[in-house]
Amino acid sequence: MSDMMDDMEGGEGVVKKFMFVNRKAPHGTIYALEGLEVVLVSAAFDQDVSMVFVDDGVYELIKGMNTKGIEVKDFSKTYRALDGYDIEKLYVEQSSMDARGLTEADLIVDVTVLDSAEMASLMAEQDVVISY
Amino acid sequence: MLHIVNKSATERNSLESCLRLATKGSAVLLIEDAVYAVTKGGTAAANIQAAMADLQIYALGPDLDARGMSARVLDGVKVVDYGGFVDLVAENNVCQSWL
Repeated sequence: MSDMMDDMEGGEGVVKKFMFVNRKAPHGTIYALEGLEVVLVSAAFDQDVSMVFVDDGVYELIKGMNTKGIEVKDFSKTYRALDGYDIEKLYVEQSSMDARGLTEADLIVDVTVLDSAEMASLMAEQDVVISY
Repeated sequence: MLHIVNKSATERNSLESCLRLATKGSAVLLIEDAVYAVTKGGTAAANIQAAMADLQIYALGPDLDARGMSARVLDGVKVVDYGGFVDLVAENNVCQSWL
């Protein structure tokens, strides 16, 4: 615990590779929004953060959402603010996009598209993986 | 009968079970994350298109809008608003929600 506090308080703490895995569609459950909030919190700790979007998680990044009719917050625009928090590593899985008839042009932010083997390698090299 | 499905077809099997067990002439209304199933290019699209031979397929418009999916709806799917949702419930004696 004291190590952890040192990491948080000092500028020279250990930088770990954190991956946030998003697998849920937005709005139907709270996972997508909560996951995004945690990523924004993580930005305060100067860690090496990756966000990945697989399965229904790719739906979080769709352009042109209009949530007025269901009276919930449209948090999709927040993904565009992530680079302001130095969170620039966004990855989507090709097969998840294909299964949903989606292409990069449908997404609200620039992402790196990985095939499943590349995604697997990226996951395997993380120090911490947090999944929503 | 009106069948209501609210879960993503790529996460749960509730739509699949609904389509397997709904009888000819029934109405199926997709709401919340289930609306992704009626969008073009998805894995559920073929199932929906096949089901339209026997079933009336509806999707809730505000849920499509919220998910950026309004422009991708499959032909033959009827998009309804909340008033249309109420009409469907009123028109059918029995509603079955596939939770």
